[in-house]
Amino acid sequence: MAKLETRIHDIVLKNPVMTASGTFGYGEEFADFIDLSRLGGIIVKGTTGERRQGNPYPRMAETPMGMLNAVGLQNVGVETFCKDVYPRIKNIDTNILVNVSGSSIEEYCRVVEPLNDLEKIPGIELNISCPNVKKGGMGFGTDPAMAAQVVKEVRKVYHKTMIVKLTPNVTNIVEIAKAVEQAGADSVSLINTLLGMAIDVERQRPCLSTITGGLSGPCVKPVAVRMVWQVAHAVQIPVVGLGGISCAADALEFLMAGAKAVQVGTANFMDPTVTVMIVDGLQDYCQRHKVEDINDIIGII
Amino acid sequence: MKQIADFTIVGREQLGEQYFTLTLRHPGQLPRIEAGQFVEVEVRDCPAVMLRRPISIHDVDESQNTLKLLVQIVGKGTRKLSELKVGEGLNLIFPLGHGFGVEGASPLLVGGGAGIAPLFHLAKCYRRKGVEPTILLGGRTKELIPVRDAFEQYGRVFYATEDGSLGAKGLVTQHPAFEGEYDHICTCGPTPMMKAVGRYAMEKGVECEVSLENMMACGIGACLCCVCDTDEGHKCVCKEGPVFDVRKLTKWLAATK
Repeated sequence: MAKLETRIHDIVLKNPVMTASGTFGYGEEFADFIDLSRLGGIIVKGTTGERRQGNPYPRMAETPMGMLNAVGLQNVGVETFCKDVYPRIKNIDTNILVNVSGSSIEEYCRVVEPLNDLEKIPGIELNISCPNVKKGGMGFGTDPAMAAQVVKEVRKVYHKTMIVKLTPNVTNIVEIAKAVEQAGADSVSLINTLLGMAIDVERQRPCLSTITGGLSGPCVKPVAVRMVWQVAHAVQIPVVGLGGISCAADALEFLMAGAKAVQVGTANFMDPTVTVMIVDGLQDYCQRHKVEDINDIIGII
Repeated sequence: MKQIADFTIVGREQLGEQYFTLTLRHPGQLPRIEAGQFVEVEVRDCPAVMLRRPISIHDVDESQNTLKLLVQIVGKGTRKLSELKVGEGLNLIFPLGHGFGVEGASPLLVGGGAGIAPLFHLAKCYRRKGVEPTILLGGRTKELIPVRDAFEQYGRVFYATEDGSLGAKGLVTQHPAFEGEYDHICTCGPTPMMKAVGRYAMEKGVECEVSLENMMACGIGACLCCVCDTDEGHKCVCKEGPVFDVRKLTKWLAATK
């Protein structure tokens, strides 16, 4: 058996396979289908200062090899998360990270503070890249100075591992990655969804209530691999790769491009067991290629 | 408990141009399935279709370990499913969602078009409880009411078609049987029909369950794409629904869209 263990700052993952925020609920939704303890980590739904209802329906449109979504951070809010959700999921034997979102720096700080005290939450993923909210979100992630400022302020109040999730909707993602590294991020994850749009020509109106939304799924993978490769060569902190991963070969592309770990997102919708199949596939690949430690192939490209 | 399983197609029937049924045998033992629950069907070898397709469970035969889907061909995914043949496999995630309560002593079931699919299993469940439902089925034409006679074993069946080709001419809500004395109404079909039925039930103070059909991705409450704007906030049709008590849907009933 090859060693699949990897590390993101202070967090040891039993394997590099995590789940992407917003595609895996709080993990519980998938407990009927897989043994959650087989995952390297679970990144739970984006959490904000208060409960949010998200955007109006319709919020989803299927596109070739992908989908657009405009959920808009519907979530229970940090207080309910700590009080009701955390006790239910804290004993799942994997790394549970909270994806943190907000409309202002003050809100981001308000969300992370109580998370410090949750013993079984070893880190956060700071979402400065949600394309589906009117205020904040991606606005913070498209400007290097603003991105750095959010990270700096959150760094002051959050003491565990902080991964910063980057948007691909920028001219130069390397510049943003370097800015957040400088500001104190322990890791970066990329990519969030690509801003997209689809039109229902029969009805002559946009498919989504918000007109634009975030594109995900296999169609974004080549863009994501390219960005992970660029960023992994430009920063010292570990990179977490995601975007269109639906099999072990896809995950391996990201690892070889330089990602220390990967996240599986949209593929969970097509097959709720896909994550464990990817874990098995990585093990199988290592045995076929006589790789003793998965870290030996990380960043080889 | 939800599961993912490879079924085998053991029966297929074409019902007019737009509809077909697939009878699917479970590889092991079928779990208990509530009327109104649905499956997420994988569509293979169809590049234009990435997501599974949510389809309601039309019938369950525990003795044969089979379930039946009634499918309307509406797009690329359902077109591809219509090409499947007996003997081929089909991967399903099931049973999903919250079904009908099977309540009341004199229930009325109102179905339109593809919405009649879950009402068949529902009528059977009522009959098993010793209750004879009144079943009112509607469509634009006779051909668009894909299953007819089979309902008669479970209840009193009435039809309404817009062109008068079967039963009374007009909408289901204009049918004399609609105004009978009922203590519970269940409806599934086009949104304007369900809203009309729901509003009527609210006015009369009769309990009413509606089965919604929103676009969805995961089917298990993870993606939050299929929400309905209920009186308790956005709820996932796939998980908290598809069957809702209309008393929780007053905003939805009032909305014109």
